[in-house]
Amino acid sequence: MRNRQITNYIVFLGPAGVIVLLFFVMPVLVDIGIAFTDMGRDLQVTKFTLRNFERAFTGDSRLPKVISLTFIYVFFTLAIFNVTFGLVLALTTTAIPKGGGFFRSVWLMPRMSPSVVYIVLWIWAVHGGEASLVNQIAMNVFGVEKPLDLLSNTPVMLIILSNGFIGASFGMIILTSAIRGIPDHLFYAAKADGAGSLSIVRHIVMPALRWPLTYITIWQTLSLLVSFEYIILLTGGGPFQDTTVYALYVYRRTFQSGQYAYGAALALFLIIPGILIAISAWRFTNMQQLLQRPRIEVQ
Amino acid sequence: MARIEFKNIEKRFDDVVVIPGMDLVINDGEFVALLGPSGCGKSTSLFMLAGIYLPSGGDLLFDEHRVNEVEARDRNVGIVFQSYALYPHMTVRDNIRFPLRFKKVPDAEAKRRVREAAELVQVAELMNRRPSQLSGGQQQRVALARALVKDPQLLLLDEPLSNLDATLRLTMRTEIKALQERLGVTTILVTHDQLEATTMADRIICMREGEIEQIGSPDDLYLRPETLFVAGFIGSPPINILHGQVDSEKLRVGEAVAPLVGVGNGPFSIGLRPEHLEFGDSGVPARVIQTEPMGREILYVAESPLGLIRVLESGSQVNHRIGEETRIAFDPSNTLLFEEATGRRLDGAHFHLNTTARAA
Ligand SMILES: Nc1ncnc2c1ncn2[C@@H]1O[C@H](COP(=O)(O)OP(=O)(O)OP(=O)(O)O)[C@@H](O)[C@H]1O
Ligand SMILES: [Mg+2]
Repeated sequence: MRNRQITNYIVFLGPAGVIVLLFFVMPVLVDIGIAFTDMGRDLQVTKFTLRNFERAFTGDSRLPKVISLTFIYVFFTLAIFNVTFGLVLALTTTAIPKGGGFFRSVWLMPRMSPSVVYIVLWIWAVHGGEASLVNQIAMNVFGVEKPLDLLSNTPVMLIILSNGFIGASFGMIILTSAIRGIPDHLFYAAKADGAGSLSIVRHIVMPALRWPLTYITIWQTLSLLVSFEYIILLTGGGPFQDTTVYALYVYRRTFQSGQYAYGAALALFLIIPGILIAISAWRFTNMQQLLQRPRIEVQ
Repeated sequence: MARIEFKNIEKRFDDVVVIPGMDLVINDGEFVALLGPSGCGKSTSLFMLAGIYLPSGGDLLFDEHRVNEVEARDRNVGIVFQSYALYPHMTVRDNIRFPLRFKKVPDAEAKRRVREAAELVQVAELMNRRPSQLSGGQQQRVALARALVKDPQLLLLDEPLSNLDATLRLTMRTEIKALQERLGVTTILVTHDQLEATTMADRIICMREGEIEQIGSPDDLYLRPETLFVAGFIGSPPINILHGQVDSEKLRVGEAVAPLVGVGNGPFSIGLRPEHLEFGDSGVPARVIQTEPMGREILYVAESPLGLIRVLESGSQVNHRIGEETRIAFDPSNTLLFEEATGRRLDGAHFHLNTTARAA
């Protein structure tokens, strides 16, 4: 019996375990290792040192600005688009009997188009010349005199918008299916009990979305923290360093300045909150409820 | 309490006509059962009463007031769904209290009414649990309390007992009936189960494909079914239906012939309830081919010149062996005759098949 159990664990969990080890655990260990060295552009390690951490805490004058920008970027993208707007889209497109699917596909398009194409469209829409979409509208419809240069003047807003338009569809899809999963008879019961549309949203729909919302928030926080693909394409982190979020800063330090050890140390500060958020989400939000119990019990 | 009236009520879902035009009056304080096969429009009728579905045509009247467009919240109708539909994230207390949220009931009074409703259905000690922590019967009681807490003028029960085991079903049947009598609320019970309908309701409405086949007391439906469908639907084990032909005042069934005056020529169906038949020395010759003990009754299937006939005998003893040659006697006043063209019963057309029947 015991042997059988052990064999089952190895057969069922083994392959996934190997992948987790190779691609999730190993990189973290390697990163931790490098963070305590002086590895530079030549990839040579000559000594183990705490210098990278000293520098991060005391000697890097750009870091505070990068961190506060990252906070603003993540917070507003999440709060306005990925969660709130995703929720609004899910609620409205499930409430209208026809055409909901069409609206949802519209919001899925940015996610499906290649990132370069998506960003080219953005640049075409907001660039500082008179021909850009924004300026055509601003000058012809609203009578603005001089063309607006949003890329130079409001770059933070642009990175939030461009990431948010993509992120909203993620929340929308998950929340839509969660809303669809609420049995019809609960809506009927609420209606018969006297609840109006808003009360139904508040008392029937929202409680059913608690776990999906938690999940979206955690997942999107982590993914916004570590991705900079659209930012580097749209603004390149500029003008100056105005849109250089933490992940992009780490990338530039590591691969463009060749400060591998310092980059690894900075990356650690991303990995640690990531792990902490994931663990605390597990513990405090009782994420186990999101996971189904196995249908078949393996002896 | 309310008197309910359907005036030519119609319900369509896009092109599908579910209820083509229903006329029905339910009196104040009455307990009626809505009986019919799956998909005949029972739930749809209830949902229109509760304000969940809008009728597509006709008038729905509560105490002579037209309520077609009246919002569910202004109708004061309590409903128990087949699936109970308890709110999974709320405790029993919050579930029962939910309807009062929308009625501007002062806090103290709401608390009192929730407690009273819970005590009425005996779930007062479960107040802090969630629906997932309750048994099926407990969930059903909570659903009932939620329907009763707002003092409804109309109580709708959509197959509330179908998920329960046999014993609990029996208990709940008695409890609901007693409760309804005590509160005097107009109640409509939807059910597939004719025993449930006959034991609980004052009147039974038998539906078929969106139309009412017959309304009457349990006895009416059982002894005097107006149509072949009602005869076949009511009664367990099902009624024997034999096919016959009337030709110049003679009814021919299989190889038997009986005089029958006063009806035209054509095909007819004869209904014989298994419990009205008995084996004896006189009657139609028959040979037992199957026996089915059903507890306190035995169901026999016998081969006769009229065709296969089911006979129900009370007692737990199997008195007739397979292969036994015997005769089946029946009381002419219990024979039902239906015109096959219309499916309607001919009143008073009884006949003495056994006296003239002859063996093959
Ligand atoms: N929303 C809907 N759209 C289209 N057709 C529907 C809808 N709801 C019900 N129907 C149809 O209406 C008919 C009656 O349905 P209803 O639910 O009233 O049956 P029922 O008598 O309650 O059956 P059951 O005993 O199985 O619950 C069925 O044929 C069903 O397919
Ligand atoms: Mg139904």
